[in-house]
Amino acid sequence: MTSTACLRATVPNFGDDQATDRKLAVICSKGNLDMAYPGLILANAALGEGIDTTIFFTFWGFDMITKSRMHNLQFSPAGNAAMHLPLADMHLPQSLAPMPGMTAVATKMLKKQIADLGVPEIPDFLDQIVAAGGHLWACRMSADMNRLSIADLRDDVDGIISASQFIEKTEGAQLLFI
Amino acid sequence: MSVTEILGHRLHIDEDGYLTEYDEWDDDVAAALAAQIGITLTPEHWKILRFLRDDFQSRGETATTRRVQVTGGVPIKEQFALFPKKPAKKMAYIAGLPKPHSCV
Repeated sequence: MTSTACLRATVPNFGDDQATDRKLAVICSKGNLDMAYPGLILANAALGEGIDTTIFFTFWGFDMITKSRMHNLQFSPAGNAAMHLPLADMHLPQSLAPMPGMTAVATKMLKKQIADLGVPEIPDFLDQIVAAGGHLWACRMSADMNRLSIADLRDDVDGIISASQFIEKTEGAQLLFI
Repeated sequence: MSVTEILGHRLHIDEDGYLTEYDEWDDDVAAALAAQIGITLTPEHWKILRFLRDDFQSRGETATTRRVQVTGGVPIKEQFALFPKKPAKKMAYIAGLPKPHSCV
């Protein structure tokens, strides 16, 4: 066996020779900081695997692409029974969650934890996703409800489309609703 | 883990074909690994590979595309152009490092 033949047998399969039409569409419908991340992390991972990826922003998820709001997503512990105190593995009592200032404190804490992992803030993360070839689409009904136009959204949003247009564009895609 | 041979070097690899021993890699091995997946190394490729190698040595884990952009100074778009479709895995493979483990 030649050295080349020996190595060829152990080359990782990057799928370059396989025609793939795998597509992923992520629907981001939440505007809370903690709920903004899962869709972007998965979309980014899919792009890194060479998968054609589209993100559709609707309802509260619109805040992620609205220029005036995208830098100020917040996290509230209210209604989140899985919120723990930082120094002990204890639940934060839900009666304390609506206290004044709690959202600001929780947001700051979450942002720090995410930054410590080297994960970017939402606008920067979307920059990365677009650079990796991802497509961003905005929901027509959400735009109308919020009285927003394409000029109010990130410049790299491909357009504002109706629900049926989204369904057409994502024919054959795996769908993820968040 | 198994052993393969290229250019007279004996190389330890994992089940997917990634090198497992940091010191068994050199420039010639990198060029041969790249050729196996259809990539001809240019100075732009080498800039990333050198960063990955140095970064792994200091941190003990393979940099993600995010880190290659932020710390290594090579934009994501350029990484996709140089190592098409699956840049993180291809960069790690050619640099003789494990696949990145971080999510972002």
